[in-house]
Amino acid sequence: MGLDFGFMQKYLPWYIDAAILTVRVSFFGILFSLVVGVICSVIRYYKIPVLQRIVSVYIEISRNTPLLVQLFFLYFGLPKIGIVWSAEICAVVGLAFLGGSYMSESIRSGLESVEKSQIESAASLGMSKALTMKEVIFPQALASSVPGICANVIFLIKETSVVSGIALADLMYVTKDLIGLYYETDEALIMLVAFYLVILLPVSVLASLIERRLRYAGFGN
Amino acid sequence: MNGEIQLQVSGLVKRFGEETVLNGIDFCVRKGEVVVVLGPSGCGKSTLLRCMNGLESPDAGSIFLDGEAISAGGKNIAQLRQKIGMVFQSYDLFPNKNIIDNITLAPVKVQKRSKKEAEEQAEKLLKRVGLWEKRKAYPRELSGGQKQRVAIIRALCMNPEVMLFDEVTAALDPEMVREVLDVMIELANQGMTMVIVTHEMQFARAIADRVIFLDGGSIVEDSKPDEFFTNPKTKRAKDFLQTFAYEKRRTNIN
Ligand SMILES: Nc1ncnc2c1ncn2[C@@H]1O[C@H](COP(=O)(O)OP(=O)(O)OP(=O)(O)O)[C@@H](O)[C@H]1O
Ligand SMILES: [Mg+2]
Repeated sequence: MGLDFGFMQKYLPWYIDAAILTVRVSFFGILFSLVVGVICSVIRYYKIPVLQRIVSVYIEISRNTPLLVQLFFLYFGLPKIGIVWSAEICAVVGLAFLGGSYMSESIRSGLESVEKSQIESAASLGMSKALTMKEVIFPQALASSVPGICANVIFLIKETSVVSGIALADLMYVTKDLIGLYYETDEALIMLVAFYLVILLPVSVLASLIERRLRYAGFGN
Repeated sequence: MNGEIQLQVSGLVKRFGEETVLNGIDFCVRKGEVVVVLGPSGCGKSTLLRCMNGLESPDAGSIFLDGEAISAGGKNIAQLRQKIGMVFQSYDLFPNKNIIDNITLAPVKVQKRSKKEAEEQAEKLLKRVGLWEKRKAYPRELSGGQKQRVAIIRALCMNPEVMLFDEVTAALDPEMVREVLDVMIELANQGMTMVIVTHEMQFARAIADRVIFLDGGSIVEDSKPDEFFTNPKTKRAKDFLQTFAYEKRRTNIN
């Protein structure tokens, strides 16, 4: 079986466009999921009444429904109540909705790993709760949640492959398209895998570099 | 000593569930006085200090600093805490900040002092305890004794009126105990009002103006150090002091 390099070259631009879309959706989806994660984890950490309950419900829904279902809801469901978003916005929102709960859990375990004595010595210096969170708890929590956050980032990038389900021309979509049109299955699949690797490998390498740096920095007395 | 009363504890009661840890504690600390609190493990020494700093809220009674009531949930608690420095057993420097930032964080962010002025004071204090070279180091790069000296300075840089010390040398290797205790003695000599919990009996005797012996939830003795160590009034204090004494072992060689 020889590979049809002419075909691969011809459709390379399709893949590049698709890869850019995947990266863009991933980037914003992950960015917002971090924002959601920080907010939710702080609410759960301080056990803020009412909000805490809302966050728990959100986390259960987010973790126990597939991303594709969340996307269908956003893309096909919301227009029925008059909210119409582009497929790409739906993808970003969906990813943030899914990722937010994962990020929240990772960051919360980091927050909880900060020793109570740290908080008490901040308090004994007259520091307010908010200042203690910002200067003492959060930086330490972040350092210990980095491995979890990195794992989530990679997980979320992989999850973007389902956005083809709402007709976004991502890598998966282009691949299915080409296979359907030309039956050049091997070539299309090889390109698909290659492009995901191009995106994910650097992220993965970067993640382990950051983790190693943090281990060397060796927070903790 | 008969200076003005700086810290007053009256009728202090603290319970944890069914257990009454402090059962009506009354004493006062005068300006410049050094009070050492002694007592068997679990008698509530840490709890007493924590109440004095608003980290625990008492079930009854009250604590006054310069006539102002300290209460854990109170509005002015953060303000009052700036006047009461506390150092714990477990040298809790912030691992994410270097030494100078550990020391100046609260002076700058809480007391709104200028960074420059706070750093100058911090460096002066660091020089005094021989740790100026470490100002850019991180806590993990310091020994236990060094960390504990920094913790003392961190509290001092707030210019507190009273310092509370809770077994600050208990977690240290023996060879590092001295350097920390020396800093405390110097501080006492400068006239700082101090309340110290310690298990170092010789140090207690040397530094104390007064010894308070706590047992069974109340103050059993409140006396001058010489009196307490040579001639304790109660059996409980005698028994307590016994636990620190070693009988000369009968030698095996004649
Ligand atoms: N947060 C808490 N919850 C429940 N019980 C507590 C709490 N803190 C202290 N206690 C109990 O209160 C009692 C007094 O504790 P405390 O730490 O004040 O004793 P201590 O005199 O400082 O002892 P040590 O010399 O061992 O440090 C102990 O029996 C302890 O178990
Ligand atoms: Mg104690």
